[in-house]
This record gives sequence, structure tokens and C-alpha cells, in this order.
Amino acid sequence: MKTIEAAVICDAVRRLAVEAASQLEPDILEALTRARDREGPGLARDVLDALMLNADIASREKLPVCQDTGIAVLFVSLGQEVRVNGDLEAALQEGVRRGYAEGFLRKSVCDPLVRKNTGTNLPAVIHYEVVAGDRLAITLLPKGCGSENMSALSMLPPSAGKEGIVSFVVDTVLAAHANPCPPGIVGVGIGGTFERAALLAKKALLRRVGAPHERQDVALLEEEMLKEINARGAGVHGFGGRTSMLAVHVEFFPTHIASLPVAVNIQCHAHRYKRVVL
Amino acid sequence: MSLLRYRPEGFDGIRELRLPFDSQELATLRAGEMVCLSGRLYTGRDQTHRRLCALLDAGQPLPVDLSGQLLYYVGPTPAPPGRVVGAAGPTTSYRMDAYTPRLLALGLAATMGKGPRSQAVREAMQRHGAVYFAAIGGAGALLSQCIVNSEVVAFDDAGPEALFRFEVERFPAIVINDVAGGDYYEMVLAARR
Repeated sequence: MKTIEAAVICDAVRRLAVEAASQLEPDILEALTRARDREGPGLARDVLDALMLNADIASREKLPVCQDTGIAVLFVSLGQEVRVNGDLEAALQEGVRRGYAEGFLRKSVCDPLVRKNTGTNLPAVIHYEVVAGDRLAITLLPKGCGSENMSALSMLPPSAGKEGIVSFVVDTVLAAHANPCPPGIVGVGIGGTFERAALLAKKALLRRVGAPHERQDVALLEEEMLKEINARGAGVHGFGGRTSMLAVHVEFFPTHIASLPVAVNIQCHAHRYKRVVL
Repeated sequence: MSLLRYRPEGFDGIRELRLPFDSQELATLRAGEMVCLSGRLYTGRDQTHRRLCALLDAGQPLPVDLSGQLLYYVGPTPAPPGRVVGAAGPTTSYRMDAYTPRLLALGLAATMGKGPRSQAVREAMQRHGAVYFAAIGGAGALLSQCIVNSEVVAFDDAGPEALFRFEVERFPAIVINDVAGGDYYEMVLAARR
């Protein structure tokens, strides 16, 4: 067994929250650069230039890339040989609270009915999985809701097949237009159950931007959907150009013989996430 | 069409407009045009709108006179020490659609956010000669550089959803809906078809 102090976990999460807000990872910056280089002169290219300049200013001045510093979504992968000395859930939540307070990040979490702000950005949404080994891996995804709001889930009939999947995904992205700050990433979860499909769609956002799925037929499906989105979409921020989305990432899971759940989770170009392994 | 060109001193080579707007000048703007805004504007997002309309429902005066003004849909991050404001890019506009025609009827001259507006809002904008701008979504750190002063005018307890008064200098925006009924998002999609 390996023992990890709750205080160490709390501090690691605090740091993830602060750093994720102002530092984009190389994969999204490279994808935006590639998109920029594909554009001819015009508003689409100028806006992509502005977005890269924005990332640079944010990183240098330690300002959030986007004012929507999100609701914190945490993926926690707990090795079964790890013993946490203290309360794991409390340590994770407290780390988020401290990060949002100390980092001057926006507190964007409220009661869904009366809409009163909790004032702390808590609670964070935490997904746990228990895995083999003696490591604790934590990924923090500050999820902006301009893009989250454009997400959708459909319980398709199995007869809809591949065509039904493609049209649901493409239609969802096209209907979102400029709302989710395109070009971003389309996370798609296919199969499982209602909630598994949604979780897969969110997890799909965490793959290295543009890396194809390891199964070739799934990778082809990703390519087909991206091509159609970029052929028919409104482009960069709805201002035209070649790129409406940077990547489509599909994750899948076997499903019931009666079912074909498909979930689409949209991420903006300010795709922020940080990961730590303890 | 003039395009967005950023230089260290600001966005350059595009039409400069003073806030609050001169209504005759506002009427000359055309969908797809890039502009740079300088002067004072007000901010508001979901709860700000809900509260403004609750005041109207109760027959009470609004905390600010919106007539002739620009309302920017934004909920900024808290200002770190030494800055007037944190990141302050636009939020998605359709969530304000339910409230917008009412504010336009009070004389609100323009709104700014990102993403398309409803048919009802577009009709109300034409009826009242109002304009809708898009700011650069997700460029909160960059746009923060164009805000030189910020103060809370009302609803302080709403945190990022308070009503702020910003003073901006050469704040870049794109005209989406003009007073003649032009819609830049529609024009882009039509050109693609």
C-alpha cells in the first residue's frame, strides 16, 4: 500500500485549477495553429490569430484565457493500492475552492432553481474510477458552459445505424453555430447506457486533440464527421473559413441489443485541462 | 471589408466608434463590418437581465438609464491586484433573448455578445433601430487589455452577474445585425450554400 496525505491531494488540485485557467496545453495550441495556417486572408484567420495572442497574454500575465473559468470537472483514477490519509472527496473539493479563490477565477456555480451563486465554485463534479496499481491520477477540466449548453444526447433506434449517428452528431454541431466558441472539439460517446454515453463523450474531450481512435473503423467515422462539419459549418466563430471544429473524438462501449445511445459533448477552443499523477 | 489587425497599442486599421453611440452613426454600420469601440458601456448577463426585468415588472426605475447605451453580455473574472478587471470576453447571447425586446423598447441602442439572436430579437432590433455586435468569444485575456476602468453599478451581490460600467478603449467587435436587417451570420451561411 502507498499512503497519500489528503493535504497533498488538496494542494495538487488547487494548483491544477489555477494553472488550467491561464495555460492552454500544447495540443490545443498546435491544433489552433494548424487551423490558422489553413485559412486565407480574412476574418477567420484574424480571429484565430487573436485567439493565439489571447493564449499568449493569458499565460504571460496569468490571466484566465476565458472569463468562463468553468464548473470544475474532475476525473479521479484511484489505484487500489493507494490509501488516502484523510477524506478524499473533501480534499478534492477544498482544492477546487482554494484554486478558484486564490487564482481570481470566476465563481460560476449556482443553485439550479433559485440561481443563487454558491460563491466558491463548489461543488465540483467528480468522477471516480478504481484501477490497478498504486497511483492517484487527477485530471481537472474547467468546463465552460457556452459549449456545454450546446451538447445533446439521443437514444437512437439501432436501425438508425452509422448514418443515424453521423447525422445526429453533425446536426447537433451545426445547430450550435457560433454559440460554443468554435472551432473546438466534439466529444462523442456511442453505446453503453444513457449515463455511460454522456460520460464517454466528456472523456473523449481529454484525448490529445486530433489523435484518431485506435480502432480504424471508429477513426474513419471521426474523420467523416469532421469533414462534414467543416464542409457545412459556419466556420471560425460563425465568420466563415475552413474550420468549424478542430477534431471529433469518439469513445464507445457495447450497448443493449435494443439501444443505440449517442451523446455529443461540445468543447470550445479555450480547451483547458491539467493532469497530475501522485 | 476592413479586418481585425492587432498591434501592441490595440486593434488597428478599422472603423472607430465612440460610446454611447451617435444614433445616425449607428445607422450607417453594416453587417460584417469590424469596429473598435471606445467610451462607456454597461454589462449584464443572465441574472442581471432577470433582475432588470423584475424591476420593470414591479414598476420600479432601473439602476441605470439604458437609453442610447451598449449592453455587453459578460461576466468577468475578479480583478487580480493591479488590474481594473480580469478576463472579460463575451458570453452567449441567446440566453438574453427572452429579455432583450423589452430593453430595446426602453431605448437600448445596441447589444454585444456572441452567437445568433432569435427572430423576435432581430425583429425588435429593426423596429427600434438597434445593432447587435459580436465580440471575440474566448478571448477574455486579450479583451481585458481594452478595458481601462470598471465599476459595479448595481446587483453587487450577484458577483460576476452584477451590472458593471466599463470604460473601453479600442475594443474590437464585429457588426452582426445592422439597422437595415442585415445579418452577418446569415450572410456567411448563405455564401457557403
